[in-house]
Amino acid sequence: MKKYKSDVVVIGAGAGGLAAAIEVKKADLEVLIIERDKELGGITLQCIHNGFGLKEFEEELTGPEYAQRFINQVKELKIPFLLDSMVIEITKEKLVYAVNRNEGLIEIEAKAIILAMGCREKTRGAINIPGFRPAGIYTAGQAQRFVNIEGYLPGNTYVILGSGDIGMIMARRLTWEGCKVKAVVEIQPYVSGLLRNQVQCLEDYDIPLITSYTVTKIHGRERIKGVTVSKVGRNFDRIIGSDKFIECDTLLLSVGLIPENELTLEAGAELSKNGGPLVDENLETTIDGIFACGNVLQVHDLVDLVTAEAKRAGKNVIEYINSRYGKDLMKKEIIKCVPGENVNYVKPDIINKRNLSEEIIFTFRVRHPDRRVLIQFKDNLQKIIYKKNKFYVIPSEMLELNINLEESGINPDCKSITIDVIPRPEVLIEED
Amino acid sequence: MIYDVIIIGGGVTGCCIARNLSKYDLKIALLEKEADIASGTTKANSGVVHAGFASPREYVKRDMCIEGNKLYTQAFEELNFSFQRIGSFVVALEDNQIVKLEEQRKQGTQDGIPGLEVILDKKKIKYMEPNITDDVVGVLHAPTAGIVSPYGMTYALAENAAMNGVKFFRNQKVRRINHQNYTFVIKTKDKEFKANNVINAAGVYGAKISKMVGLDYFKIMPRKGEYIIFDRNAMHLNKILFPTPTKVSKGILICPTVSGNTFVGPNAHNITDKKDISTTEAGLKEILESGRNLVPNLPVRASIRNFAGLRAVPDTYDFVIDNTDVYGFINVVGILSPGLSSCYAIAKRVIEFLELLGANMTVKEDYNPIRPKPERFKDFSKIELDIKIKEDPTWGRIICRCETIPEREIIDAIHSPVGATTLDGIKFRCRPGMGRCQGGFCRPRLIEILSRELNIPYEDVVKMGEETNFLVAKTKEIALQSVEGGNKE
Ligand SMILES: Cc1cc2nc3c(=O)[nH]c(=O)nc-3n(C[C@H](O)[C@H](O)[C@H](O)COP(=O)(O)OP(=O)(O)OC[C@H]3O[C@@H](n4cnc5c(N)ncnc54)[C@H](O)[C@@H]3O)c2cc1C
Ligand SMILES: Cc1cc2nc3c(=O)[nH]c(=O)nc-3n(C[C@H](O)[C@H](O)[C@H](O)COP(=O)(O)OP(=O)(O)OC[C@H]3O[C@@H](n4cnc5c(N)ncnc54)[C@H](O)[C@@H]3O)c2cc1C
Repeated sequence: MKKYKSDVVVIGAGAGGLAAAIEVKKADLEVLIIERDKELGGITLQCIHNGFGLKEFEEELTGPEYAQRFINQVKELKIPFLLDSMVIEITKEKLVYAVNRNEGLIEIEAKAIILAMGCREKTRGAINIPGFRPAGIYTAGQAQRFVNIEGYLPGNTYVILGSGDIGMIMARRLTWEGCKVKAVVEIQPYVSGLLRNQVQCLEDYDIPLITSYTVTKIHGRERIKGVTVSKVGRNFDRIIGSDKFIECDTLLLSVGLIPENELTLEAGAELSKNGGPLVDENLETTIDGIFACGNVLQVHDLVDLVTAEAKRAGKNVIEYINSRYGKDLMKKEIIKCVPGENVNYVKPDIINKRNLSEEIIFTFRVRHPDRRVLIQFKDNLQKIIYKKNKFYVIPSEMLELNINLEESGINPDCKSITIDVIPRPEVLIEED
Repeated sequence: MIYDVIIIGGGVTGCCIARNLSKYDLKIALLEKEADIASGTTKANSGVVHAGFASPREYVKRDMCIEGNKLYTQAFEELNFSFQRIGSFVVALEDNQIVKLEEQRKQGTQDGIPGLEVILDKKKIKYMEPNITDDVVGVLHAPTAGIVSPYGMTYALAENAAMNGVKFFRNQKVRRINHQNYTFVIKTKDKEFKANNVINAAGVYGAKISKMVGLDYFKIMPRKGEYIIFDRNAMHLNKILFPTPTKVSKGILICPTVSGNTFVGPNAHNITDKKDISTTEAGLKEILESGRNLVPNLPVRASIRNFAGLRAVPDTYDFVIDNTDVYGFINVVGILSPGLSSCYAIAKRVIEFLELLGANMTVKEDYNPIRPKPERFKDFSKIELDIKIKEDPTWGRIICRCETIPEREIIDAIHSPVGATTLDGIKFRCRPGMGRCQGGFCRPRLIEILSRELNIPYEDVVKMGEETNFLVAKTKEIALQSVEGGNKE
């Protein structure tokens, strides 16, 4: 068995992994990137549409162009990487095992590990639809890969279930290919992806969007012949008599993404409700020296935010290796961050009291859209620590706040803080 | 060429007969109408190897099941399929049901089923199966009951049969059978097969095949059963759980699978269309509601798939296993539940029939009953893995990430005897696409490998048979077609 040593191992070479590795390398630490695909770049490689990099580079790039900027840096800095190499196990002791066609099984001993494995598409939504299981059902990302990378079309006429970003982007892409997208069907009363995509991918191409509807039956035995869609009530129950048949030969699913954390779980790190690892303000998991960033931690809608988060993870890893590695630290004194009203999840999940004097970046998502809301942080003693007004919140947009809790006057003895997004009381505070 | 025996139908019944006959010096062929074997009832059932006490004593299926269960031990050793004798509970929720359990225990024990025990100690029951409802008042424990992968075992049977000389022909739907001078001439769309003996193991189509030789003495009704499968991490069951049976059916059970998932089902609805394996909203609701009686907190949100299977229910409600009046024509149909449990006993019976019919039953010298265990990445230690990959790099290319399946296992599934030719064929043989992402990532890779290994274009790769193609065209083709005067070049 081949054995290597490296200060840091980065698992995954998407936008997250690349940026984190570059950050670490700039501090003169050894870093090794391991990627299971045959190229660096991750999911961005199949996103040939533009819309990447507005924040990071203040330019509108395509996915591959965005990735290339980081790949160039990796090469300039001579950061070593292994391609076609799948990590199959990581341990608490920070041993990383990967398989590779040329080298067999590889063991790498690291001081710190950065998890950047990205996410996968959910298939829920299709799986509970009654009917046959014919050919012609794909996730939107699968279809994207077929069309953009392999150069094949999965069908002629489409219905897309779910209004996630990938689904909407594929609706436009397939229309360009001369295919017919009959409808995008969304069970919620609102679109689940970004407004930008609703306008640029659906409305500009007259692709019908049917909200508060879902697919209730799949027709066809060999290949899909069509689907029945039905209106749903408040609790997503089917409204009798609202069924409509739509003829199509392909059903695409765009019902959301979920962090890819099997390795994390097997290593013994805790996961939190959003499917990502439980992390502190340093993006460190419950295992010392294992950090996470990008979609493996929380699903991001913008690549620029992934890059920023990854740089942060990189900086924290440098700090860890230079000042904490190998030292027996006292039992951590922590404060828990709890998602409250209309908050789906929040990162970090916990905060170390020793870092209360520093600015902490909170990221979270709401459960349902709302207007004129108040975002408030309150401790377990019901003291309100922080307040901010926001005109509009939607689940598709990740919210980000930088807060210095000490300056906000947090009671250092508190055990938890709860984040609520609530209808705004009449008193007006400054608009964002 | 004239075969000694032709078997019609590549379900577990046909494949088990083929394998057990392959021991003898006979020329044997098996014809299957679908693109793959194990495509009918065998693909979609509960996968329970029943202990055998459930059917009333007057039915042949009871004897076959009790004997068949015992024969699993040897078959498992020889064929290396997934099988675990985890034991079953028949669950009583009311005191008056205990009588029924006692009666089943008594009769079962008399008929030679080992280890049957009625347990009334709630603590003990809960210890043995923590997920069971608090309302349980007693259970009948059958330690010899087990779970098996029905298609996995069928592939193993077919592979071993093929190793021992049985010829498999897929995509061969039998359309007509002529019977002249003691020879059967079997016609399919594009081929003709001749045989001295024919075994009808065509499942729900059994009556149709029987009629082809003029035998019209039973009817087969399809009866649908629907299922929901839950994610592996969502729940862990130790035992197969049945409700106390009513007159109509064994009821809806909750059961683990050999790959660690849990399922609930099946219900039972008579239908008329023998191709209707669609699931229904009402049916899925029904099984969940019923399942909750045994396990109140079913992990409904963790369901990963639903499917339905068709029981081939004969009008006698019992197996039709006959050496018929048409000399050389054997019916093995109406194999409803517990057909899977009974298959080895059924095959034994068929061999007796062939002896009576004067077939040459000398055992072949080179008969090899062992089907080697397929090599699995997951079974290797780290050091073994390292050696394997160095010997053969395809062990190091992971195709299915959810189930960690390397290219080698997929190539093996394609090139094994009676190997996979479709995507579903690969999926059911070695599980890529059965995991959490349900094929999201690996499907493009699988299409690439199938296309390469079978030397067919991408667009011709199918899910499960004719007309189930995945990809319809290359990009730009459709757009170009719609441009007037457009040219595909
Ligand atoms: C289809 C799609 C469209 C998008 N469109 C836009 C857009 O228009 N604009 C925008 O700003 N953002 C967009 N995004 C969001 C943004 O691009 C992503 O959030 C970001 O690229 C994710 O980066 P990542 O590094 O976290 O994950 P990924 O890019 O998914 O990278 C993860 C990498 O880890 C590897 N990996 C996983 N497990 C292992 C293992 N066990 N061993 C080795 N390697 C492993 C994977 O192969 C992959 O390369 C889009 C996202 C998707 C999915
Ligand atoms: C819902 C359900 C649950 C069950 N649970 C259990 C259980 O837990 N335990 C148990 O022991 N049993 C169980 N069974 C019963 C068991 O599944 C069956 O007994 C068994 O699978 C029957 O196998 P078979 O080979 O006879 O039929 P099939 O698997 O249907 O095989 C028949 C084959 O013949 C082929 N064929 C048909 N017509 C033609 C033609 N004209 N030409 C060529 N080929 C043809 C078909 O394509 C098919 O592949 C269950 C059944 C159902 C439906």
